[in-house]
Amino acid sequence: MYQYDKYDQQMVDTRVAEFRDQVERRLAGELTEDQFKPLRLMNGLYLQLHAYMLRVAIPYGTLNSKQMRMLGHIARKYDRDYGHFTTRQNIQYNWIKLEDAPDILADLASVEMHAIQTSGNCIRNISSDQYAGAAADEIADPRPWAEILRQWSSFHPEFSYLPRKFKIAVIASDEDRAAMRLHDIGIQLVHKDGELGAKFFVGGGMGRTPMIAPEIRDFVPADELISYAEACLRVYNRYGRRDNKYKARIKILVHELGKEEYTKQVEEEFAHMKTLGLNPPVEELARISEYFADPAFEVDASDELDLSDPDFNLWVDQNTVVHKQAGYSIAIISLKPKSGIPGDASSAQIDLMADLAEQYSFDEMRVTHSQNIVLPHVKKSDLYALWQKLDEAGLAPANLDLITDSIACPGLDYCSLANARSIPLAQKISERFADLGRQRELGELKLKISGCINACGHHHAGHIGILGVDRKGTENYQLLLGGSAAEDTSLAKITGPGFSEDGVIDAIETVTDLYLKERQEDERFIDTYRRVGMAAFKEAIYG
Amino acid sequence: MKILTGNDLKTGDVTWWTGSDWSRHVEDAVDVGESFETILHEEEAARRVNVPYAIEAEMTDDGPRPAHIKDRVRALGPTVRPDLTLKPADPEAGNWVI
Repeated sequence: MYQYDKYDQQMVDTRVAEFRDQVERRLAGELTEDQFKPLRLMNGLYLQLHAYMLRVAIPYGTLNSKQMRMLGHIARKYDRDYGHFTTRQNIQYNWIKLEDAPDILADLASVEMHAIQTSGNCIRNISSDQYAGAAADEIADPRPWAEILRQWSSFHPEFSYLPRKFKIAVIASDEDRAAMRLHDIGIQLVHKDGELGAKFFVGGGMGRTPMIAPEIRDFVPADELISYAEACLRVYNRYGRRDNKYKARIKILVHELGKEEYTKQVEEEFAHMKTLGLNPPVEELARISEYFADPAFEVDASDELDLSDPDFNLWVDQNTVVHKQAGYSIAIISLKPKSGIPGDASSAQIDLMADLAEQYSFDEMRVTHSQNIVLPHVKKSDLYALWQKLDEAGLAPANLDLITDSIACPGLDYCSLANARSIPLAQKISERFADLGRQRELGELKLKISGCINACGHHHAGHIGILGVDRKGTENYQLLLGGSAAEDTSLAKITGPGFSEDGVIDAIETVTDLYLKERQEDERFIDTYRRVGMAAFKEAIYG
Repeated sequence: MKILTGNDLKTGDVTWWTGSDWSRHVEDAVDVGESFETILHEEEAARRVNVPYAIEAEMTDDGPRPAHIKDRVRALGPTVRPDLTLKPADPEAGNWVI
């Protein structure tokens, strides 16, 4: 994992001191809320329905045990004993006191963490593949590139006041596990003629106007990746709309200019940038990459597993993934228990996950955009002991990628932007489909729930998506089908008129029943939907 | 009726205007009619509340009930964590929100 150098640490410490002063001035009445709001937002501090909410950045979802324990400490000391892992691979605390915020940021800084650029019209936390460095199918480790992008984008003077927020994802495999093409910039590391470089996809996103990012360049040499990203940002910063926040994202610019014209302008800017010598020095690339070297895997670790315990067998089958190193597995801790709140973890659970990562996974964890936690490097011979400890703590639902492994935004229970509650739906769906045999019969089924059009719950990208709306003061839920955040990226379509809370759950049962009736061979839900089409599903739902 | 609400500056807690102070409990809220702008300005300037605003509510036997579900969630707490609401001992409290 990357470790701060003296510059990183000084930047973060200085920001804590600056914010402490700003909070004191706010509490003393020297700053109005209008003056203070942009300052607190620059430090990830929102005002939500019940209290201040702090969003802490977890760079590309990667953290170690010391950092995870600090997240548990903050939950215990300053919040109400839990945290909420988000669809942006971050964590949020819902009950923060303004007067405590500087101390929290100081605590975070002590473990090389912060909340900078988790809000505002700037480049947000870089996201990446949660299996980076462990995946068997990656062509390179995307984390050094995510880290270089993090350093480049942190306090970038030119990009601190963009037309709108900006999200970048980096992956390094053909399988997309990071919703890459639904980001403002999606970067896929690729090889071309033996050289490492990147494909660039620009102008994707969800929100009220969902778009899939088109590919604008099939290969940028790796050492020019930052310059190309900067060229993409420069064109956006120059021409992105600032008069209408709903048309201010780069996806609107790319759509209105057209991919060809936007690309032409980026290429011109890139050609200019290459004359300026702004590529990161080779030594810096090498220095950062060294932090992401493989841990000391046992080269003769056994692939043998005793699967005689049927519950363990199910968990291994559902919640572990092939590792690049023989004798190891990637283990996924599901934060989606029956009737649970997707992404929530108590401080005790957070501490336990830290302990288990230290004991079994070379001190590493990842947060997924699906609101689960990954232990990336677990020796297969340790899996049973790990599973037993997870099971005791309620952290072993064997439901990865099944219908109860749903994504849900905080919704109207916490969020001031929401129009409807999301979490109760996730809970009721987990109860309706609680039978694991039934879930596994349905197979991979990505269910994603948002409480408003801003789409933090990624409903556009759900095989089944749910969007909560306000209909004359009453919660109403639209059902969407056919979305995908994977490499076969697609946007879900609304089935028709919305439903009550119970009604939408009944409708989900109807569409899953139809899927089981119609599917051929090994088709997933999304495959059957694409083959059969919306009409059959609408007919089943509405008659 | 119209009632005033905001968040406590230091803690962020949801608060309701009682006519002379701010309370955590919506039951204590009073009808301010249409003449509330001065109260909002004075109370925010005094840093007793953050971003206060007026909302519609109806008077019931249990006191004022905000017209919009969002304000009812604010008044009680998250419906999915009854233990964190203002009425943790009342399992039916969430029904008031819906």
